[in-house]
Amino acid sequence: MDKMPAWADAVLVPLISILLAAILSALVILAIGESPTEALWLMIDGALMRSSGWGYTLYYATNFIFTGLAVSVAFHARMFNIGGEGQAMIGGLGVALACLYIPWPHWSIALVGATTAAALFGAAWAWLPAYLQAKRGSHIVITTIMFNFIAAAVLNYVLVNVLRPKGAMDPATAKFPEATHLPTFQDMFATADNVIFRGSPANVSFFIALFACLAVWVLIWRTRLGYEIRAFGHSETGALYAGISPVKITVVAMLISGGLAGMMALNTTMGEAERLVLNATEGAGFIGIAVALMGRSHPVGVLLAALLFGFLYQGGAELALWTNIPRELITVIQALVILFTGALDNMVRKPLESIFLSLRSKGA
Amino acid sequence: MTDTPAIELKGISKAFGPVQANKDISIRVMPGTIHGIIGENGAGKSTLMSILYGFYKADDGEIWIHGRKTEIPDSQAAISAGIGMVFQHFKLVQNFSVLENVILGAEDGGLLQPSLSKARGVLKHLAEEYELQVDPEALIEDLSVGRQQRVEILKALYREADILILDEPTGVLTPAEADHLFRILEGLREQGKTIILITHKLREIMEITDTVSVMRRGEMTATVKTAETNPEQLAELMVGRKVLLQVDKVPATPGKPILEIENLRHVDEQGVERLKGISLDIRAGEIVGIAGVSGNGQTELLQVLGGYCHATGDIRVNGTPIDLTGKESDGRSRRARGIAHVPEDRHHEGLILPYTAWENTVFGYHRDAQSGSGFLMDNAAIKAEAAAKMERFDVRPPNPNLAAKNFSGGNQQKIVLAREIEQNPDVLLIGQPTRGVDIGAIEFIHQQIVALRDAGKAILLVSVELDEIFSLSDRIAVMFDGQIMGERLPSETDQTELGLLMAGMTNGQEKAHG
Repeated sequence: MDKMPAWADAVLVPLISILLAAILSALVILAIGESPTEALWLMIDGALMRSSGWGYTLYYATNFIFTGLAVSVAFHARMFNIGGEGQAMIGGLGVALACLYIPWPHWSIALVGATTAAALFGAAWAWLPAYLQAKRGSHIVITTIMFNFIAAAVLNYVLVNVLRPKGAMDPATAKFPEATHLPTFQDMFATADNVIFRGSPANVSFFIALFACLAVWVLIWRTRLGYEIRAFGHSETGALYAGISPVKITVVAMLISGGLAGMMALNTTMGEAERLVLNATEGAGFIGIAVALMGRSHPVGVLLAALLFGFLYQGGAELALWTNIPRELITVIQALVILFTGALDNMVRKPLESIFLSLRSKGA
Repeated sequence: MTDTPAIELKGISKAFGPVQANKDISIRVMPGTIHGIIGENGAGKSTLMSILYGFYKADDGEIWIHGRKTEIPDSQAAISAGIGMVFQHFKLVQNFSVLENVILGAEDGGLLQPSLSKARGVLKHLAEEYELQVDPEALIEDLSVGRQQRVEILKALYREADILILDEPTGVLTPAEADHLFRILEGLREQGKTIILITHKLREIMEITDTVSVMRRGEMTATVKTAETNPEQLAELMVGRKVLLQVDKVPATPGKPILEIENLRHVDEQGVERLKGISLDIRAGEIVGIAGVSGNGQTELLQVLGGYCHATGDIRVNGTPIDLTGKESDGRSRRARGIAHVPEDRHHEGLILPYTAWENTVFGYHRDAQSGSGFLMDNAAIKAEAAAKMERFDVRPPNPNLAAKNFSGGNQQKIVLAREIEQNPDVLLIGQPTRGVDIGAIEFIHQQIVALRDAGKAILLVSVELDEIFSLSDRIAVMFDGQIMGERLPSETDQTELGLLMAGMTNGQEKAHG
């Protein structure tokens, strides 16, 4: 007998966590002398009430879907991939190389090529930590964190010394050719008399992210490989008994995870900046951890959590623009959400479980 | 003897959510007696003792110790009330000496030396009085399991316990060690100590207790004088219906050898040689039982045969050798060669506990054609087949969507058995088939194993329960220290001879490794 109905576990727990985070954030905003209701309204207005706001929200959400899925797949194999940030950076390098050095005839073919490059580069960056974990027992948390720093340094070197166009001042590649520019939501959905998503960066890679959600769901719950990944995640000794190779599952799960993280670069590098810049990932690799925790490693949960964090990012930017609430406080609010939905999950879950238990024993 | 009970529990109830673990339990344990508490797994024995030892708080009811109503909110209170507990899994610090373990938590002051000297004296005295000889300076990790258990008893006596609770104390002991333990308990009883013995072994109850209480589904169904009852009656009280204690089987008619093992050696990751040249044949239509105290290589033997780890030597199935070191030495390849395996540890190996029952019914066979095509698994077909298997093996509740962790031990084991037996293997490896399984399910599981034998399969049975080895096996091999000490026919040997072999003694000579 499970302790709570599934809906309570999937919906009620995160909802209450968000509510608690919101209450605490409101108190913080009150403390610095601003109005929490006004702040909330500004966030909603800026992120959700206009199509351009949605354009930003969905743009951020796209990043978080990819990195959230990346962390989720690794979670299913009971591995903590903290290296999404680095894998996304190197994925960006793959995108840049594919876009700059292959003459693509059309954006759609370029997108396929760049997606492959992003996934391959991201996966390659996850391979060594995975191999070290599987063969040498080096802890994946430590190695992936270190690989984030190495990735940043590699990117720095490549951008400054190799890919920077002659005479350019900033460490970035040249602008990608016209044929690789992805259609934005404005290009896709705006008509002459109704210009929606004006100027916002959301682009076609959002649909790739949605497709990735579906693909991950099929992988985890419908394929033999997913069955093995989950079995290994639940019990390594069980996997051994069943003839599932721990080395193979560790490496394969991390390759998929790294590939997904790398694909985030499609959105930022190919879809938005249209060139590779330093720090294109902006911490999305780490947000992916919170997204995966909150989404309980399920693609639907990840999608919803990514939308929430997209809203927080875009709404936060609006707050900084229109109020005296400093930019840093936005980070505090986001951190509170992460804290409540991720780290303090049990604080909400345990009391809820006992409430449901007592309800049930009374009903019985 | 007085009429005041050493322990009296009045109307103890305890619920964990919707599960009523103890229901209105009343019991009187007279001083200077050995009182047995017997019941199936999940009957509530451990919960009751945990309440008595202060780990849980009862929802209802009273505890009276020596005629005084006593509150036991934690184990400190239990100790000061004179209650000592010997757990099934010892709570000893492995790299401490016996003496240090005994005083741990009962030090007299900031400095250790006075406590250690005092304990040394007390231990010497206790050793003489109760046959509890242990070298006080020895490190725990160097002691045999039987001696470690004595340290646990000494710990309780050092804290001046006069009521001793032992939870399944013989599970890890050789028959000789168990006999020694019983002598110690008898000595303690003579000195007026009160002992509560929790067990599921009817034989022990009959052998040593004065009074026995039977628990079933959280309730105390009966308390009887041991002298006035018999095993059949107790089994019936435990299960709630008549139980066949003997396995019903016709003599085996073994055919040609199916599984041939020759000079099998295995060195574990720590570099310790766990299997030291095992040779054994198992023929078609035969159950070979491996007897032995756990930790003498039986687990490793099953693991090598099941493909978990590498080994040297030869294993042939139906005359063709199997790969022991290369690519083909994993669980999947073994299954492909017709070796099915019901592992010793169903929680960590045989089942993925959070997986549903239907997911577990293809565990290990999930790459086979029966489970799907291409990359995908055919979940609907697996589920339908799982429902049918659960019906045939009487798994209760027969709900394939329930997670494996939500089934009782016996039903979990039936899920594993259903999976392995229905693959129609040539060889079945089966480890501890009835560990943590209730008596009712034991009967069913034994019948299935015998039915598979009668279908002409070769079966290797590993069990630490000698009774089980005796009643199921057509041939018994005894393992000690990674070797086979001898093979016997069940009809031509007895517990005493096997016990000696299990302790590494052949012809009255102790092995050098002992």
